[in-house]
Amino acid sequence: MSFESITIFGGVDKDGKDESIRELTIGRGEIYSVIGFTGSGKSRLIRDIEQLAQGDTVTKRRILTDGKIPEYKYRRAPEFKIVAHLTQNMNYITDLKCGEFLRLRAECRKIPAAAKNAERIIMTANGLCGEPISDETPLTALSGGQSRALMIADTAINADAPIILIDEIENAGIDKKAAMETLVGNEKIVLVVTHDPLLALSGKRRIVMRNGGMAGLLGTTERERDVFDRLRELNAYSLEIQRRLRAGETL
Amino acid sequence: MPNKKQKIVIVGGPPAAGKTAVISQLIGLLKDGGVVAAVCKIDCLKTRDDEIYRALGVAAAAGLSKDICPDHFLAVNLEEIALWGERRNADILIIETAGLCHRCAPATKNTIAVCVLDCVQSIRVPDKVGPVLTNCDIAVITKGDMVSQAETEVFWQSVRLLNQNAEIVEVNGATGAGAQYLKIAIDARQSAAGVVGDELRHDMPSAICSYCVGERRIGNIFQQGVVTKMEFSE
Repeated sequence: MSFESITIFGGVDKDGKDESIRELTIGRGEIYSVIGFTGSGKSRLIRDIEQLAQGDTVTKRRILTDGKIPEYKYRRAPEFKIVAHLTQNMNYITDLKCGEFLRLRAECRKIPAAAKNAERIIMTANGLCGEPISDETPLTALSGGQSRALMIADTAINADAPIILIDEIENAGIDKKAAMETLVGNEKIVLVVTHDPLLALSGKRRIVMRNGGMAGLLGTTERERDVFDRLRELNAYSLEIQRRLRAGETL
Repeated sequence: MPNKKQKIVIVGGPPAAGKTAVISQLIGLLKDGGVVAAVCKIDCLKTRDDEIYRALGVAAAAGLSKDICPDHFLAVNLEEIALWGERRNADILIIETAGLCHRCAPATKNTIAVCVLDCVQSIRVPDKVGPVLTNCDIAVITKGDMVSQAETEVFWQSVRLLNQNAEIVEVNGATGAGAQYLKIAIDARQSAAGVVGDELRHDMPSAICSYCVGERRIGNIFQQGVVTKMEFSE
């Protein structure tokens, strides 16, 4: 299933009152960040989008694709791969080696050249994390950062889904800037839930969540773009320090 | 006197897969829609699930099978459970089975069979559960939010391979996400009137060895009845 935009029709907040944002359309190639305090409803918004909710979740939000209600089968089944979803809570649990699993998975999805596909995913993941992953590494032996990196690489390379939802991936000790670039390289509808100021400002606009509702929609201002550039420098500096500390160097 | 036809849904699946959580989420949706639900939980040694259901404001009953296989116990009691549901004036009677050996499918042909599987245990779970999955009408996958999307996909695929006819839905028992799809799937299905004369979807494991009747000692000399021995290929 292919489409150019999604439209979110606002529902209700935790008190049952109409949320401020009543309608919001996000097109391909656009990155929106979702920000707000813990418990403000960020993940709930992401879940509504993942499910292509039709007024049937607690928030009563409705999600349309290209202005139309998506067919029921697309809303339900991951077989149709509309949404790629990455969260900090996801883990690998399968008792298989990385390469083995990725090839099995590629066959499952009928991706041609399964072996090559697996190889590319592992290579891309290794560009994001510290200690390299190999074909032989058991999935369950991956560290938090390695798991996250592998999921990101997998999502980026087997990227059929037009919508990408990213929920707080900044805490895993991976290069978040490189991760974002890997994920959003091509024309996708991207929503990033984050507490990280750099990621928050990297989008076109940001959705502010409060008390379960979408309370505000802010475009990135000129001044914020300057702040963003400054944050990027700080991030690069911080990463370099991190790299040197990890390598056992003194500063 | 019973005055209307109730829909009967039998929910099975491995222990701790999230059957009770999924049913609880479903009950919330049913109540919102003005549907009268009653839930009967079958368990082995003890259960407090009936209290959980009662707290949700629906009629609940619990049956403990004690020394007997809980699925045999369910089959033995199904007629009475159905009558209880009718007395409670239920539009929908949900029977939650005890998650055990997966050798049998507790559901009958004319009831709606739901199998709950959680994908956190292993992506090989579908291969292990047997008739409760291969004979079900609706397969519910839980805890998908805790597992990588790639693995969830493989999990779906293996469920699909084992049961081509089942409708597969993903439900998050903790948040209720996806429960509406389970409700839609149940709404779309009918169960036949009455359970007397209905048939099990799969035969139960035969339970007629010495240990079934209380033997505790180990060794050939103590074993009578149907005794099946392993063969070792060395």
